[in-house]
Amino acid sequence: MSHDLATSAFYAALAEDDPAELYDNAPCGYLSTLPDGTIIKANATFLAWTGYDRDALIGRRRFQELLAPGDRIFYQTHAAPMLLMQGMLREIAIQVVGASGSRLPMIMNAQLKRGDDGQPLVIRTVAFDASERLSYERELMAARRRAEESEARVRVLAETLQRSFLPPDIVAVPGLDVGGAYRPAGDGTEVGGDFYDVFRTGHQTWGIVLGDVCGKGASAAVVTALARYTVRAEALHVSSPAAVLTGLHQALLTYYPQTFITVLYLLLDQVQEGDRLTMATGGHPLPLCRRADGSIETLGRPGSFLGMEETASVSESTAVLNPGDTVVLYTDGVTEAHEGDAFFGETGIAEVLAASAGLTAQEVADAVVAAALAFQHGPARDDIAVVVVRKPLSSS
Amino acid sequence: MVVCVDVLTRNNVTLTGQTGGQPMVFAHGYGCDQNMWRFVVPAFESEYRTVLFDFVGAGGSDLSAYDPRRYGSLQGYAADVLDVVRVLDARDVIFVGHSVSAMIGVLAAAGEPDRFAALVLVAPSPRYIDDEGYAGGFAETDIEDLLASLDRNYLGWSSTMAPVIMGNADRPERGAELTASFCRADPEVAKRFARATFLSDNRADLAGVKLPTLVLQCSDDPIAPDSVGVYVHGQIPGSTLVKLRATGHCPNLSAPAETVTAIADFLNKVPRPGTKRSPHVP
Repeated sequence: MSHDLATSAFYAALAEDDPAELYDNAPCGYLSTLPDGTIIKANATFLAWTGYDRDALIGRRRFQELLAPGDRIFYQTHAAPMLLMQGMLREIAIQVVGASGSRLPMIMNAQLKRGDDGQPLVIRTVAFDASERLSYERELMAARRRAEESEARVRVLAETLQRSFLPPDIVAVPGLDVGGAYRPAGDGTEVGGDFYDVFRTGHQTWGIVLGDVCGKGASAAVVTALARYTVRAEALHVSSPAAVLTGLHQALLTYYPQTFITVLYLLLDQVQEGDRLTMATGGHPLPLCRRADGSIETLGRPGSFLGMEETASVSESTAVLNPGDTVVLYTDGVTEAHEGDAFFGETGIAEVLAASAGLTAQEVADAVVAAALAFQHGPARDDIAVVVVRKPLSSS
Repeated sequence: MVVCVDVLTRNNVTLTGQTGGQPMVFAHGYGCDQNMWRFVVPAFESEYRTVLFDFVGAGGSDLSAYDPRRYGSLQGYAADVLDVVRVLDARDVIFVGHSVSAMIGVLAAAGEPDRFAALVLVAPSPRYIDDEGYAGGFAETDIEDLLASLDRNYLGWSSTMAPVIMGNADRPERGAELTASFCRADPEVAKRFARATFLSDNRADLAGVKLPTLVLQCSDDPIAPDSVGVYVHGQIPGSTLVKLRATGHCPNLSAPAETVTAIADFLNKVPRPGTKRSPHVP
């Protein structure tokens, strides 16, 4: 195109695009209303979209009367106050009821113009056809709803599974006070690998197991279920805790050779000197014991992870619980709770224990979990499981 | 364990006016928050202890305190009002409620009548849905329609949560400090409040109102039409009905001066605390 032709086309288009022409045939609807909504001006686009005669609207109808009933309420309760208070509205989704009764989805913006006296004078509204956008947004809403529902289902599944790894109530052990606490990692939508159990193994003996399966989710859950029931089953026909854990090790190698766990198993029985703990450890942090005199010691000896190597070295040791003693079994979610480079550690548990005089086992367990959570500010990064065994001072 | 709630924070309570003055509690309606009263409250600050608050779920309230069961009915909102007046140990309260808060005030006053001295019901409606012999102005399907409307505007909520005050150069002082929370709420909260509001029926509670009551009726109010204001006035014994020239549903915003005058005229006729005479004293 020559320079001259381009110039003449430019001026021809400009001449055609005068403001009045633009107002009437703009690719959006224009409306001007009084502050009470009475329509004083509407452009041709708005009339064409809605099918109203100019005379049927101007001075006769209020803008909000053209809205579908739900939108009318929304407009009165939300949009109108915003307009009066903030002087404008942005991207409000409305449905305008056209002359034929059909609903036209629109997105509107509006501006309130005030007079020199500060009083509201006129509201200028622009409306855009949003039929296609609306169906797209409807799909987005539906997708969002589906996502929320599916997240809710996952959460229920995770919570149900997780509950099955913890005893609903801890069985009463005569002469001892036992409590347990658990907190899943993050928002709890994923099953963790921590578990514990307290159960009777014989006439005067009780078993306590606390463990941590590596990993999370469904793969960890199946191993957790196997571990928990294998320990119970083994404990019924062998009495040595080391033998119970060796049985668990064999089961893991057989069924889930790709995974491993750390676990503590305690056998409680009553001997003349007091309550005896016989303890076997498979790669698990050793329990802490606060003695009646306030001193704190670790119990047991370390052992190897179960299910990892062909053979596992499971050590066994014993300790006696005297009145006033408190033992805390925990998973590494407690000690590895951290804030920056600082870990909650055994020191954190020891501090809770030091202040635990007069608390029940359950209260101590809850206090350990609360302190570990408080330490890391916010949701737990890893699961936390705690079992506390306490020999009351005046056991009846 | 007793859960101690800091009501002043939870309900974002704002105290202005005269310390020790007779308390005037202003309650916002469905949709917005205490800012609805900002053009009305200053007129009463020289004489009264003016109390503003947000219902839990609205404005600057503590959203973590939102309990879907409590706020599933207007009684839960009335409990917020009672919590506020109790924590302030407010007595002889003049309760000013807009829109649904008018009925919330009626419920609150019934819960603890001794704390309240008068009710000002701005654009009240005891039932929004038509019933036999009663024109509330809406059909049940309209309320379903409202819930759909809230859904449609959901995308708008989430994308505009950042402060969006702009283009208000002619009156910057009115909008500048308002945050985007004004008239915006979590859509689930908004829908639940909408159900509690628009499906409520408090007609039977009106006859039990024993307080001096002012009913402010707007002109051409699409939410609470004239017939509803007349009904409320007829049901509350001894109430005063004032028809405002202001149109729409929010005279506190669109016609604050007229609203203030109507309330002040009414309060001038209500006995002041301490000047109330026992009927037995000659």
